[in-house]
Amino acid sequence: MKQLIELKVNGEVYEVAIESHRTLLEVLRESLGFVGTKRGCDEGTCGACTVLVNGKPILSCLMLATDAIGAEIETIEGQAITGKPSPLQKAFVDYGAIQCGFCSPGMILSAKALLRENPKPTEREIKEAISGNLCRCTGYIKIVEAIKVAAESNV
Amino acid sequence: MGNEYSVVGKRLPRIDAHGKALGQMQYIEDIVLPRMLCGKILRSPLPHAKILNIDTSKAERLPGVKGIVTGKGIPRKTYGIVPKAHDEYALAIDKVRYIGDDVAAVAAVDEDTAEEALSLIKVDYEPLPAVFDPEEAIKPGAPLIHEEYGSNISAKILKNFGDIDKGFAEADYVREDRFYHQAVNHAPLEPHGAIALYDARGKFTVWSSTQIPFFMRRNLAKTLDVPESDVRVIKPTVGGGFGQKLDLFAKDFGAAWLARQTGRPVKIIYNREEVFTCTRQRHPMVIYVKTGIKKDGTIVAQHCRIYADGGAYNSTAPLIITLSAYFMMIPYMIRNLRFEGHHVYTNKPVGGAMRGHGIPQVRFGCESSLDMLAEEAGIDPVALRLKNALRANEPHPAQYKIYTCGLSEAIEKTAESMQWKDRYGKLPKGHGIGIAASAYPSGLNNMSHIGAGAIVKIQQDDGSVTLLSGAADIGQGAESMLAQIAAEVLGVTLQEMRVLAADTELTPLDSGTFGSGVTFRAGNAARLAALDARKQIADVVADKLEVSPDDLVFRDKRVFVQGSSDKGMSWNEAIKAVQYADKPMPIVGRGFYHVDAVEPTTLLTQEGNFSPAYSFMAQGAEVKVDLETGQVKVLKVTAGHDCGFALNPISVEGQLEGSVAGGAGQAIYEDIDWDEGRIRNTNFLDYKMLTSLEMPDVENIEVITNDPYGPFGAKEAGEGTIIPTAACITNAVYNATGVRIKELPITPEKILKGLEELKAKAAAKA
Repeated sequence: MKQLIELKVNGEVYEVAIESHRTLLEVLRESLGFVGTKRGCDEGTCGACTVLVNGKPILSCLMLATDAIGAEIETIEGQAITGKPSPLQKAFVDYGAIQCGFCSPGMILSAKALLRENPKPTEREIKEAISGNLCRCTGYIKIVEAIKVAAESNV
Repeated sequence: MGNEYSVVGKRLPRIDAHGKALGQMQYIEDIVLPRMLCGKILRSPLPHAKILNIDTSKAERLPGVKGIVTGKGIPRKTYGIVPKAHDEYALAIDKVRYIGDDVAAVAAVDEDTAEEALSLIKVDYEPLPAVFDPEEAIKPGAPLIHEEYGSNISAKILKNFGDIDKGFAEADYVREDRFYHQAVNHAPLEPHGAIALYDARGKFTVWSSTQIPFFMRRNLAKTLDVPESDVRVIKPTVGGGFGQKLDLFAKDFGAAWLARQTGRPVKIIYNREEVFTCTRQRHPMVIYVKTGIKKDGTIVAQHCRIYADGGAYNSTAPLIITLSAYFMMIPYMIRNLRFEGHHVYTNKPVGGAMRGHGIPQVRFGCESSLDMLAEEAGIDPVALRLKNALRANEPHPAQYKIYTCGLSEAIEKTAESMQWKDRYGKLPKGHGIGIAASAYPSGLNNMSHIGAGAIVKIQQDDGSVTLLSGAADIGQGAESMLAQIAAEVLGVTLQEMRVLAADTELTPLDSGTFGSGVTFRAGNAARLAALDARKQIADVVADKLEVSPDDLVFRDKRVFVQGSSDKGMSWNEAIKAVQYADKPMPIVGRGFYHVDAVEPTTLLTQEGNFSPAYSFMAQGAEVKVDLETGQVKVLKVTAGHDCGFALNPISVEGQLEGSVAGGAGQAIYEDIDWDEGRIRNTNFLDYKMLTSLEMPDVENIEVITNDPYGPFGAKEAGEGTIIPTAACITNAVYNATGVRIKELPITPEKILKGLEELKAKAAAKA
């Protein structure tokens, strides 16, 4: 039995018919085509599916889509401004913070939430903010550096 | 060095980084085809059992199920990595050999239906006795996992140099120890997946998260029993591999088979538990090391006997134990040496290639052994390593050809930066430093695919360049590296470059991301292809300028005469000149690089060179150990690294930092937890890797040696760096606590137990 819900993603409202047990991750990826949101474990342990819901980073694989009704959802697809990378995305590119790229969307969104709340974070605060986002390629050093650079350039 | 090049050696962003930052790159799960079905694999719940019967009738009747295949319906064709050691069916036939072994594949209209179908398949098993420990598995009477071998030792190798008995007789200090390196999962963030399409002409197109598209094609054709020309493999963007995405898996075969059976595209994506259980892992290994040194520190003999736990199938065996052997003979000069390697079957998930492939285990044993002897002999560990470090162009006991070697410089600079002399043995209890070293090949000489091709195509008068390469970028930055090489040769910028890679139908043959040969092979192929294209342009431009083509320089989007940069033209004008000279368009440059492997070493020969170049690395760790809780904190890893020449320093640093994260994880956290062949920790909560909070500082010390055969002097850069990390951390933990860890990982329990033992020993002495 499907129900018709409205989800507001990156400022636009989408109407979608879903079964009530579908996660936000499934609906974003499979119903709405926001495949920039990655599925790394589907059990809330890797952080690859991080999106922002009302400004807070959440694991979309652990949230039911119906619980996001009425919320502002932000995905990686909404970060670039008319196709141009945001300063945070640009810092990730320029400072070598991206290797395989699978953790990058979630990582960038966790960083964005941090910088919104705390525009001048310490290195420790940056590390804490992304500690729920696993990366197997980079060793995090260049990611932390990119977030620092983005903070310094006033994102 | 700074002005020699315009593109290589520069800290340039990767060509795929923007797409990845914007979430635009297509990974396997992101690809959707019309009318695509969802596939799932049914897996064995038992570690060892005969399959008596499989009844799929109930599952077939479930609405929405479109296709089912079991081992009964497929060709009896085995696959694997090393041709003579193929031992695995695409789906289990006759029996299952580990918990998670592939039993059947289904395709249904959606995931829920596919999962329900799996639950409706009834498999009758006859359980067989199982064995989980490699040293148990080789005892007489142990259950046989592959009866046809008559033993659970699936591969054995023996290497012998010099006179081992004489060597030990000359030694002033000798010791023998047993070490154990645990099983480790590669844990790429992207789970494995495949999509297959079968067309009206009877051709398969398979998208797969693979590191070796050409190997995948070969194994798919073999298991499907169709000609290779019927299979096209395309690698989409891949979210990390580290060796785990080398092999064919049931998802690849199952998607292809079911696509043909159903006439619809089929997608199979593994979940995280399947990645942990049903793909590959670093071989757990038992390592016996006996080393003899003289009073002055010279290593006079070393004997190493290993048992690699391969799990249920060979995968990369016997290559894995061969690499273990090769890297006993390097990075130090050891004239009397013996290596006995065994690859042993157990009823466990399968061991496979993982970053370092068989070498981190052996070097952990050897580097620990050296530190223990150094202490006995009263020699500084750094001095001991420098004393025995190999040098370039020195005759090597195994006939390795080492043209460049920055090992001594790497050790010296690492020690200097760590203030070794002032700090070693002088830090407060609980605080320590340690060192270890290794080497790594830049591709292998003795594998079947030792060549790589490349095509450079310049089609438009806007001067844009397309590079076609079979190399597989899995996140390490291969495509960007190739683009930088071609751009440097042609004198254009990365902006002009587009790379089309890893499509078996469109791109030239390549050995894939394997054995760290991409930079050397595919990089040289790209360089040669670009040179071929450049020559065609140079001939026309030289005619126009009335100079010799050899006098032309291609740089910064200009073609000009050496020494008089105003005499020339822009890159775009040069391309137009070729076009207006009525030369055939597009300009196509072709390159092929083949390792010079006239007499490579093999499993059977004792001597021979096995790689075109070797990179060298020394690493030093600084740790703090909480003496109350036994917890280890890795503060910093200092790494001296000879990769020849860094084609992109950001990428090389990134590889090193990622290696340290992996190596430190393997030293102190990562451990597959077994219970009678069942993995207990198949998720990231229970299988702990480093997060941003545990990551140590990393200092990268570049040692430039400019290899004469590497592209622009470059050698392997991203794999060997993981090898010394766990070993130097273990040595640092000893330095901090006096506890010698011989079984990884270094858990708080082991530290506390070791401290207790030390206390008891001291009390007994008193």
